Amino acid sequence: MSNSEYLYTRDAYGKTLVELGRADSNVVVLDADLSGSTRTAMFAKEFPDRFFNFGVAEQNMMASAAGLASCGKIVFVSTFAMFATARVLDQIRNSVCYNDCNVKIVATHAGITVGEDGASHQALEDVAFLRAIPGMKIIVPCDAEETKDAVIAAYRNKGPFYIRLGRSKVPVIPDKKEFAVGKAYVIREGEDVAILSCGIMVWEALKAAKILENKNISVTVANIHTIKPVDEGFIVNLAKKHKGLVVCEEHQIIGGLYSAVCEVLSSKYPKKISPVGIQDIFGQSGAPEELMKKYGLSAEAIADKAAGTLQD
Amino acid sequence: MKKKIVQLRKKANKIRRLIIEMLSKAGSGHPGGSLSSTEIVTCLFFEVMRYNSEDPDWPERDRFHLSKGHCCPVIYAALALAGHFDMGKLWNLRKIDSLLQGHPDWRIPGIEVGSGSLGQGLSVALGMGLAGKLDKKDWRVYCLMGDGEIQEGNIWEAAMAAAHFKVDNLCGIVDYNRFQIDGHIEEIMGLEPLVNKWESFGWHTHQCDGHNIEELLEAFAEAKTVKQKPTVIIANTVKGKGVSFMEHVVDFHGRAPNNKEREIALAELEEIEKLMEEKDEQF
Repeated sequence: MSNSEYLYTRDAYGKTLVELGRADSNVVVLDADLSGSTRTAMFAKEFPDRFFNFGVAEQNMMASAAGLASCGKIVFVSTFAMFATARVLDQIRNSVCYNDCNVKIVATHAGITVGEDGASHQALEDVAFLRAIPGMKIIVPCDAEETKDAVIAAYRNKGPFYIRLGRSKVPVIPDKKEFAVGKAYVIREGEDVAILSCGIMVWEALKAAKILENKNISVTVANIHTIKPVDEGFIVNLAKKHKGLVVCEEHQIIGGLYSAVCEVLSSKYPKKISPVGIQDIFGQSGAPEELMKKYGLSAEAIADKAAGTLQD
Repeated sequence: MKKKIVQLRKKANKIRRLIIEMLSKAGSGHPGGSLSSTEIVTCLFFEVMRYNSEDPDWPERDRFHLSKGHCCPVIYAALALAGHFDMGKLWNLRKIDSLLQGHPDWRIPGIEVGSGSLGQGLSVALGMGLAGKLDKKDWRVYCLMGDGEIQEGNIWEAAMAAAHFKVDNLCGIVDYNRFQIDGHIEEIMGLEPLVNKWESFGWHTHQCDGHNIEELLEAFAEAKTVKQKPTVIIANTVKGKGVSFMEHVVDFHGRAPNNKEREIALAELEEIEKLMEEKDEQF
């Protein structure tokens, strides 16, 4: 585990887009002046006719995506998560989702690990915003390989998708299971505590499990890559099998994976759930690893929370 | 030509009657902007656009998008008259479980993309135009906007991009009736100089009387010949046009006629139709 390769999820996105572009001439890509960062520039280079740079005008980009989709195009829309969600929420709700458009929003630079750019650029509410919209499917891949799978799955499944990627290189997670939208899986089997995670927090959860192993606490780590539709049966099953439950996400604890898990269990298997996430506050500038520590997202913080669930 | 224009005038009058009847039955909705855009919509659906009401998804059809979604009664009436759905559906407008929602729904035959939240429609139409260009199709896209609506910033993002991408298969129409819910446009949030604004954004512009069928047909014909840039038709109109007590009355932006008002309005419109029958050339 310690010698995992570190890769940019957005590189995987860019490469996958090019592959999809080669396979299907109906794939079009839109960006708002961030194509180098989001890696849609890779697609733009090979398919300049099917790439549209909308400049710094995200509202127009998102509503245009709906128009393109209405004419049979499979539209990938990219920019930073902050501008791909909050900035264009009405366009996503009323033009994309209400019309059930085949639009795939793939946002990069989500979460606190955007780092030095600070709070204005740290999208920590994006999943909450989009989760409330009917018909939207939300995937938070844990690494570059899963990003590729998620992008291909979004291409194959008709309707709106939101795929949330970060800025930093992330380790390739070992022992992943086959990817399917809405199908969560266990990466590491344990008995006492289950840590439900998504995105970059899967790696932190695995590190936390190692820490706890030395304290004789046996930990299950699950990858809930699809936040919507969330895998209800899987979550209930984990809740039944473990004394402690922790949910961790690089997102506000309001409206994201923690909320999704609470919503499932409150009606199907009521149980105490411990959250690891941003505690209803804005972030700040700093190195990603410093911020992870400061805001309680590190493996150590997860391990503490997990151990705590067994003390109640 | 003359005969065609007379027929279109009659069609417009018929649409106005349907708007009044449908809104009165619904008990709420937006007559003002529906009546002001009646000739625009009549020209598009009964002369300018190509489509097949028996096959609404015919790939070669021209696309129409109602950016000012609240004026859907005029579109619903046109779609029903064009045979997209049964006329009876009009009487269930805004009722629970009905086809015809208070704002356009994409599941209605003839509606491409739903709308209602203002300012997004020109972008949607731009996306359609880009798709047509990519596929090297000759169908065109028409987008009807409200004048109050174009106060939305999203419209000007779309205006900038449509010119940048040289989307010459796109024709926007501004129903310039000079009223918005809260009052006069120029008092609430002025748009002038409106033609200059569109020109400076790189559009071909054409101003006309939005109730004059000849002028509208000429404007649409000209738009088809413009290359390398989108066209916008600034159609000068009268809010509530065709019903004496609704004309220029802002209250009827978003209020349906009651039974008494409906009777008066229908009587007026029937009178106009009678006159048309009697003396075509006066109109």
